[in-house]
Amino acid sequence: MSDAKKILVRARVNGEAREAEVEPRTLLVEFLREHLNLTGTHVGCDTSYCGACTVILNGRTVKSCTLFAPMAEGGEITTVEGLAKGGKLHAIQEAFAECHGLQCGYCTPGLLLATLQLLRKHPRPTDAQIRKGIAGNTCRCTGYQNVFKSIRMASAEMEKR
Amino acid sequence: MAGKSITKVTRKKAAGRGSSRLSANGARASAAKWVGQPIRRKEENRLVSGKGIFVDDEKMPGMLHIRFVRSSYAHAKIARIDVSKAGKFPGVVCTLTGAEIKKQVQPFIEIGPGGAQKIADYPMAVDKVVFQGEPVAAVVAETRFAAEDAAELVEADYEPLPPVVTAEDALKDESLLHPAMGTNRNWHGVFEYGDVEKAFQQAAHVVHIGRLHFHRFSSTPLECNVILANWDPRSGDIEYHCNNTFPSFASQFLAPALGVRIDQIHMKSFDIGGGFGIKITSYPYMAACALASRKAGGRAVKWVETRIEHMQASAHGNERTFLDTRVALDKNGVILAIDSKHVDDCGAFPRYEPLGCVIWAQVLPATYRVKNIRIAMRQVVTNKCPVGPNRGYSRMQHLWFMERVMDICGQALGIPADEMRVRNYIRKNEMPYKTPNGCVYDSGDYASMLAMAKKLVGWDEWKKKQAAARKEGRWIGLGIGSTLDSGTNNFGQARIINPDAPFSGQSKVGIVKLDIYGEVVVSMGSVPQGQGHETAAAQVVADALNITPDLVNVRPGFDTAHNAYTGHTGTYASQFAVTGLSAIHGAAIKLRKELSRLAAWKLQAKEKDLEFGVGAQGPEVRVKGRQKAINYWALANLVNVNNAGMPESLWDITLNCRHVFHANFQIPDVKRKYGNLTLTYAAQIHAAVVEVDRETFQPKILAYACVDDCGKAVNPRIVEGQVHGAAAHGIGAALLENCGYDSDGNLLAATFSDYTPITAVNIPELLYGHMESPSPFTLNGAKGMGEGGAAPVHTICAALQDALYSSGVIIDDSHNTGDSLFHTMQKAESGAYKGMVRVEHRRAAR
Repeated sequence: MSDAKKILVRARVNGEAREAEVEPRTLLVEFLREHLNLTGTHVGCDTSYCGACTVILNGRTVKSCTLFAPMAEGGEITTVEGLAKGGKLHAIQEAFAECHGLQCGYCTPGLLLATLQLLRKHPRPTDAQIRKGIAGNTCRCTGYQNVFKSIRMASAEMEKR
Repeated sequence: MAGKSITKVTRKKAAGRGSSRLSANGARASAAKWVGQPIRRKEENRLVSGKGIFVDDEKMPGMLHIRFVRSSYAHAKIARIDVSKAGKFPGVVCTLTGAEIKKQVQPFIEIGPGGAQKIADYPMAVDKVVFQGEPVAAVVAETRFAAEDAAELVEADYEPLPPVVTAEDALKDESLLHPAMGTNRNWHGVFEYGDVEKAFQQAAHVVHIGRLHFHRFSSTPLECNVILANWDPRSGDIEYHCNNTFPSFASQFLAPALGVRIDQIHMKSFDIGGGFGIKITSYPYMAACALASRKAGGRAVKWVETRIEHMQASAHGNERTFLDTRVALDKNGVILAIDSKHVDDCGAFPRYEPLGCVIWAQVLPATYRVKNIRIAMRQVVTNKCPVGPNRGYSRMQHLWFMERVMDICGQALGIPADEMRVRNYIRKNEMPYKTPNGCVYDSGDYASMLAMAKKLVGWDEWKKKQAAARKEGRWIGLGIGSTLDSGTNNFGQARIINPDAPFSGQSKVGIVKLDIYGEVVVSMGSVPQGQGHETAAAQVVADALNITPDLVNVRPGFDTAHNAYTGHTGTYASQFAVTGLSAIHGAAIKLRKELSRLAAWKLQAKEKDLEFGVGAQGPEVRVKGRQKAINYWALANLVNVNNAGMPESLWDITLNCRHVFHANFQIPDVKRKYGNLTLTYAAQIHAAVVEVDRETFQPKILAYACVDDCGKAVNPRIVEGQVHGAAAHGIGAALLENCGYDSDGNLLAATFSDYTPITAVNIPELLYGHMESPSPFTLNGAKGMGEGGAAPVHTICAALQDALYSSGVIIDDSHNTGDSLFHTMQKAESGAYKGMVRVEHRRAAR
């Protein structure tokens, strides 16, 4: 693995300019976790099913286990670490915490970002839109009931602001 | 998704009810009781912030990466393994093979007696492979990429052997997995109680039921197994950061295999991304990682299991086949006796097994009064992934069997499913109820739970709609599933498996201390994976010291360095609310006593005149009715930093209080297979309405209700979440998830895309009801809960049976999809189910 094979990947991650030299085959999730030390994004299935690795890239949710890091070159990325501002939880984080919308918390970062994207598109989502909006995010602990509740609470709170 | 719910407390005046919802962060310093309050979890904020610390988030200096090379065959002789090319690959530090490992370790201990002791279970395959995905070699390298690339260069040749895929094939003993054992049958025992034959003679009806099959599935935690191991060549100690959820069990397997003292194995976990029992048997990989670390010169080695590896070669739940069932009933449909033969399939290596061959007996009669029971239990090995104790472990298989018996008999005799249950349920006034095999059901009111479930789901209205829909040719069915979640197991039941098993009873440790600056710190003897142990522990300690949960610092995760462990330490068998919290409560009470003695001396007061609370300067002890108080900082200071002049009579005070909770168990009568196997019995009763599409045969849930009773709920918010989660696992298992194998022993669902874990689009709305029948045997009346007994598997099978019975279908498998139901209907049309259920009507019963 000589350095000559590596390429520079630059991106704005949670509002900060970040870069790292990586092997071209490095996945976006590895770039975030291993190279930028943003370990809030997780890997659950390796095959785009579970969504634990969901981040927002250039305004779209992506499964970061299924993109190569160089595909994010020059991109704008939001991870779970970028949700809270000034030490205050984002309304979505607050809603999940208040509604017990998580148990082990492993899927949660991905679900939070999927929810953010869902609520940007549908600020007041219907039940069907909620289910579809997080269809790509597997949670093995909650049975989704409190996740639905969390999303409805987040929607109501974000409407107020 | 409006979510209606009902709550009912059967005994009035449960402690701590009546307050409004409180936040753990809220400063409420009154004498409020915290146990019983649905407070927000202490864990939530770090987890929603991405600040959870999971093993793969951890690094160690000089850390290497390991990649296993795995068998593509289910059963084969290893003809050749050549790691030479891999060893020369740039970045590779070392390689390992099974043959090499065999010279360095003892095979893992086997729990089973007799021939099972001859099974040689090594961290990697030595001479032959016995399941697809079994590791045969490993590559250790500087980077994960290098390890992966080099692993591709390992050459392995196999000579295939005939695979043993089903339990019935295993029983034939034609192809043997472990030739030294001489058979594939690794355990057998008959559990017989009452007078079975006499009951059959007296029966009004005898129902014969053919083969039933409970399928293999796994709760598939979203975080796979991850191990970071470092075998330090200087001390000889092994350090593990891992997500094994039963570290005491793992240590007891690892130490003799690796030739180290138990005290040399340091284990710690922080956050764990789900477990559900599946991570208990990760110790073979823990051993392999330690050996790799040693060979690499004492550098740390990390293994991150891929999902395919997890599906093929971590653990699955037990598969069970039920044969030759006979049921004796009286004229009213009350079951007098059950006689059946059960074959459990534990996969290629027993590991935690054959404990499952007795653990089901914790719920021998299920929720029913049946007194005469004979179950011949056998376990076999097959060329499939070894099993592990998956959520609902071993009891759910048996409960499913009992519920199928109930429905099949009910339908055969024309008795409605709800009526059948009410006639057979153990009554509330019979509690505590002694089962035929000596277990004691502590409390419960199953008939009321069923009534609540029926009300929630709209049973009576659906009955009318069902009748109307049938006229339109629609297949709609209603089903009930009654389960028990037995918690706090008595390890003495292992003696029924192997009289020489050197363990029994149950224990847990809790440590509550006042740190040097007066902070209340709790170390738990549990390994939580999302169950909110930090919060529940803080609630208990807050009550004991009359402070608030946010003033209690509960250390997340498990660490042997905390010294909060015994040989039973782990998170399994639905027990933390009883064992873990009792231990923590005991430690908090010890600390309270020490604080009281210290304060009495310093404040020159009598202990009886003191009270605990929170003052202007934090938690304190004060003299009732007077302005004299001493806060925790000052009390801790007296012992730790500022102790000159303290009277000798107080020198025993450490402010570091450790308490071991012992459940009051005896060793069961091994010959009679009789004794109290479990301390508490939480129950869940579910009701569902399911429709099978006439075109696609796809089953769809139209309404679903879960009612739980786990005694006093320590934190109702957590309890409800656990019920939801267990229900989702059961619904997923019933309709989607299946670790099926083809006839060559290839796993057919090795990725999530094939296994299809349940998602937000196929989970129904879960209507929730809660009852509280406090346990007479535990602190606060709490019962362990969380496993849930796979109630939806029973409930959905019952509903499908109801929907399709008139078409001649018997639901004989626990897994049903549109595809399988299509074949089921074809089978029914060909008359295949005709002989499966046979009813003998005898003379009128007395």
